[in-house]
Amino acid sequence: MFDNLPILSLITFLPLLGALALMFFARISKSDAKGQLENNAPMVALLVSGAVLLLSILLVWQFDSSTADIQFEERVSWLGGGIDYHLGVDGISILFILLTAFLTPLCILASRKSIKKNMLDYMVAFLILETLMIGVFCALDLILFYLFFEAVLIPMFIIIGVWGGKDRVYASYKFFLYTLLGSVLMLAAILWIYFYSGKELGAPTTDIIALQGLDIPAGPQTWLWLAFFASFAVKMPMWPVHTWLPDAHVQAPTAGSVILAGILLKMGGYGFLRFSLPIFPDATVKFMPLVFGLSVIAIIYTSLVAYRQKDMKKLIAYSSVAHMGFVTMGIFAANVQGIQGAIFQMLSHGLISGALFFGVGVIYDRMHTREIDFYGGLVKRMPVYAFFMMLFTMANVGLPGTSGFVGEILTMVGAYQVNPWVAAGAALGMVLSAVYALYLYRAVIFGEQTNERLDDIEDMGKTETFIMGSLAFFVILLGVYPALITDVTAASVDNLIANFNAATADIVSGQGS
Amino acid sequence: MLYQAIVFLPLLGALIAGLGGRKIGEKPSMAITTGLLMVSAILSWVAFSKVALGGHTEEIELFRFMDVGGFKANWALKIDTLTAVMLVVVNTVSALVHLYSWGYMDEDPHKPRFFAYLSLFTFAMLMLVTANNFIQMFFGWEGVGLASYLLIGFWYKKPSANAAAIKAFVTNRVGDVGLALGVMTIFLVFGSVNFDTVFSAVHDNQDRILSFLGMEFNAIELIAFLLFVGAMGKSAQFILHVWLPDAMEGPTPVSALIHAATMVTAGVFLVCRAYPIYEAAPVTSGFITVLGAFTAFFAATVGLVQNDIKRVIAYSTCSQLGYMFFAAGIGAYNAAMFHLFTHAFFKALLFLGAGSVIHALHHEQDMRKMGGIWKVVPVTYIVMIIGTLAITGVGIPGTGNIGFAGFASKDLIIESAYDAAHGGSAAGAFAFWAGIVAALMTSFYSWRLIFMTFHGKHRGEKKVLDHAHESPLTMLIPLGVLAFGALFAGMFFYKKFAYGVNDFWGHALPMQHAQIAADNLYAAAGTTMSDEAAGHHSYPAWVLWAPFIVSALGFVIAWFTYMYKNGVEKRVNAEGGPLYNFLLNKWYIDELYDATIVRATRWLGDVFWKVGDIGIIDRFGPNGVAAAAMSIGKRLSKIQSGYLYHYAFIMLIGVAAIIALVMRTVGG
Repeated sequence: MFDNLPILSLITFLPLLGALALMFFARISKSDAKGQLENNAPMVALLVSGAVLLLSILLVWQFDSSTADIQFEERVSWLGGGIDYHLGVDGISILFILLTAFLTPLCILASRKSIKKNMLDYMVAFLILETLMIGVFCALDLILFYLFFEAVLIPMFIIIGVWGGKDRVYASYKFFLYTLLGSVLMLAAILWIYFYSGKELGAPTTDIIALQGLDIPAGPQTWLWLAFFASFAVKMPMWPVHTWLPDAHVQAPTAGSVILAGILLKMGGYGFLRFSLPIFPDATVKFMPLVFGLSVIAIIYTSLVAYRQKDMKKLIAYSSVAHMGFVTMGIFAANVQGIQGAIFQMLSHGLISGALFFGVGVIYDRMHTREIDFYGGLVKRMPVYAFFMMLFTMANVGLPGTSGFVGEILTMVGAYQVNPWVAAGAALGMVLSAVYALYLYRAVIFGEQTNERLDDIEDMGKTETFIMGSLAFFVILLGVYPALITDVTAASVDNLIANFNAATADIVSGQGS
Repeated sequence: MLYQAIVFLPLLGALIAGLGGRKIGEKPSMAITTGLLMVSAILSWVAFSKVALGGHTEEIELFRFMDVGGFKANWALKIDTLTAVMLVVVNTVSALVHLYSWGYMDEDPHKPRFFAYLSLFTFAMLMLVTANNFIQMFFGWEGVGLASYLLIGFWYKKPSANAAAIKAFVTNRVGDVGLALGVMTIFLVFGSVNFDTVFSAVHDNQDRILSFLGMEFNAIELIAFLLFVGAMGKSAQFILHVWLPDAMEGPTPVSALIHAATMVTAGVFLVCRAYPIYEAAPVTSGFITVLGAFTAFFAATVGLVQNDIKRVIAYSTCSQLGYMFFAAGIGAYNAAMFHLFTHAFFKALLFLGAGSVIHALHHEQDMRKMGGIWKVVPVTYIVMIIGTLAITGVGIPGTGNIGFAGFASKDLIIESAYDAAHGGSAAGAFAFWAGIVAALMTSFYSWRLIFMTFHGKHRGEKKVLDHAHESPLTMLIPLGVLAFGALFAGMFFYKKFAYGVNDFWGHALPMQHAQIAADNLYAAAGTTMSDEAAGHHSYPAWVLWAPFIVSALGFVIAWFTYMYKNGVEKRVNAEGGPLYNFLLNKWYIDELYDATIVRATRWLGDVFWKVGDIGIIDRFGPNGVAAAAMSIGKRLSKIQSGYLYHYAFIMLIGVAAIIALVMRTVGG
């Protein structure tokens, strides 16, 4: 269907084109037309991101999930010296593109009313953000990946810095400081790999697929693994480099939080799958216990911290860290259930945490506070809202029948086969997530309404119901029929594991003897 | 389609009333949910006759659920006798509770939501009992937990109801951690989570050793134990029982359906369903026996002194579940299921009867403010008497089945325990004696409830008594039907459940245990086995009479305490005494948990947050760097824009450096 059509480039850069068009018109229009342009900007952005969503659906439709091969591949010589413009997707990356394409229009919809200033700029930032996020998941060249991966943070900084809350400076500073640490190390590692590939493969290359065939000695592998890990761990975020996330979430506007939790956190997990396991398999085995330890700490520690929060967004942010703990645990279990579960958990968490942040946004837009104590008894005036929040709260808790369950159980099953301690520790998270999630729900939605400022709070409107409804639909659908995802990812994950096992067979058996 | 209809009609009702309740209105929502459940209940009896009586088991695979590597499970409906028994129990009680709620919830403004929850619960419970694999069962298991949470907290304005709802959910989750780990262990050992595959492979893995959390375990024992931890949570066994009494904060029909007849028996069902595992796990089975027997005893002691009518029945439920577990623990799975079956009728009856009293007395639940109302609510009084006779196990000793429902099943359990004890099992002996003592206390607190509620002088406000009235027909009909069950369920089904006549159980449950009992009998009589010959003449007379005697004794003590001159009780209440307070405060277990686990959780949360995150990570991480930056440049206000550019700059420099190096490499 897409013969000779650079479909991935189209999907990736269509939002950028939309953003450029918006900027262009803003530049050329006279001052009286500016206001109108501001008003129409969300519609333009919605149309563009809608088109991207449509194309992504077609892409997944056309995707052949029976093979682990890279599909819809595009390769154009770019910087020379083995650095190409190389795009392509497999079962691991394609659904993240769909998730991005799905969440972006919802974010734009949600922002129409909640953003009060510089609407056009905001939409431009979001469209650029979409391009960069999709780029991360399409890129098959290390340099290209790095560009997208780091550049994604710039529109995010701007969104937090311009449209954020009152402590946005501190938040974006913290965010920046953490990510800087990771980026610098990763860049150094990329350089090393590039030169090493020149020696090893004859000609230097940054082609990710080619690099997967690279046999790097154990010593350097350790350092390279750590360098990449620094970058991905911050993004996930893993304990103890997670403290930027609660602040960033609290300060970000609603849609910013949705993208942050929904997509940006997943780039770390995706990075582990794309680089750490295939290119540094020996080091991965070596650091497995470290990652397991950090994952379990993340799950228990941040769940407990979440329970004590007074700010709704902080609570959900901490719960995100805990849920990402399941992801890292699953990935480094390095078996089918673990990795499939980790991918599932990432996609599912994208929907659930996105929905929860939308949910906070709904009442924040009305009352301009996220303080838990301010609320209480909302169910009386907002029954529809209460219904959706119950559904997503339960999904967050990992109730079977919602997508939240599938990822958790699969990653635990995966980890259990490697180390029962880890799975048992993670299973404690099942209890703790119930503790903080139900505490939040009870304090905000149940109980007697005592704050009279809530007397005439309105229930969700049509747009809000549409957003929450569409997320709820997929949360349930994937919870009841998870094969929708696992079928797509199966071949690529199997292939990944087969390669990983082949590469590590000698050291694993060496340990055994 | 029969089985699909039974399972999915309640879901349909829940969706219609839950999502459309405000559009279609109250009465239609109630009518639809109740109507669909009635249909489902009737079809369940059809299914029961087909499967349990006719022997037509079935397994219907609907569609894929999990399919990742070998971790495969389908949405399925497995219908054998065990399931069929649960279908009739769940749907019958649920349909009656739906009907009852028309009257009981009459003044509630949120009826559609209430009925939707009831139907949702029923659906989840049905998914639990029809599962053919552990994953779907887990779905139902947690689904009923959700419904229970929603219904306990149904009156969402009450802080106590909210607290109880969360307590129930979280305590159950603790159990579910065990269950989940059990399922993981099953997958690790058997490479499958399907019942049939797993159970048929138990024998081959009997001697397998697993290391779990640094210790070596027999794999089957470990699985059995972990699954049982789940059962302890759901079925409120000792140490995880704390949520059940608090769950009485929910509306009374909920207590009858979920916290007496159905959900809390899910743990018993699980052990029976997984009997091949438990048969191969003697150590865990012994543990179950002891813990079940202890719970039967413990809960009964607490039940002796409670003053809230619903809490008395709640502890009674906890205690009766203990009976079911120790029966399962000694291998008398059929006796456990029989007691589950009869208990559903008489316990739902007792709860709904109590609800009728509460309804009559304008939501008064404290028995100290009741008394002397039997004339006002005569029908309720009669059915409560029937329920009490059933739970105290009144019947003709030695006949096996001629008596109220609880007589047939409880005596079967006690006799099975005697068998186990006689066969040399210390756990069985403990269970036997605990069962006898608990039966004495059961009789006492049950009659105490009757005397305090219905007899003597009214101790509440006169105004309340003047307005008291018998409940409407929608509430009395369910009471009547359940009373019928409490009267006859034991007699009618005794031989089927106890001896599996006409191949009642099929392959669903083993019958060796009944075989032992029957063999004693035939050996004594010098005859060969026949279906009709079932009886208990081989037991020593004192074993057969003991339950009857302690039951009568309990009645007499209760009568002397609460009826005779009406004096003893007041003195006990006034003077208290350490034992009385110990029991009244439920052995202080809630206080213990509050002081340890609950506090520790909060404390740890605060420490991790304020010391870990803020005090250490942030202080030495980003803030430390910021402080350094401040002292050098004092340009914190410019950080935002400044660093953004720096950031982009570093990236560009990086890329430029790469390009430069590339050029050099290519050029060189």
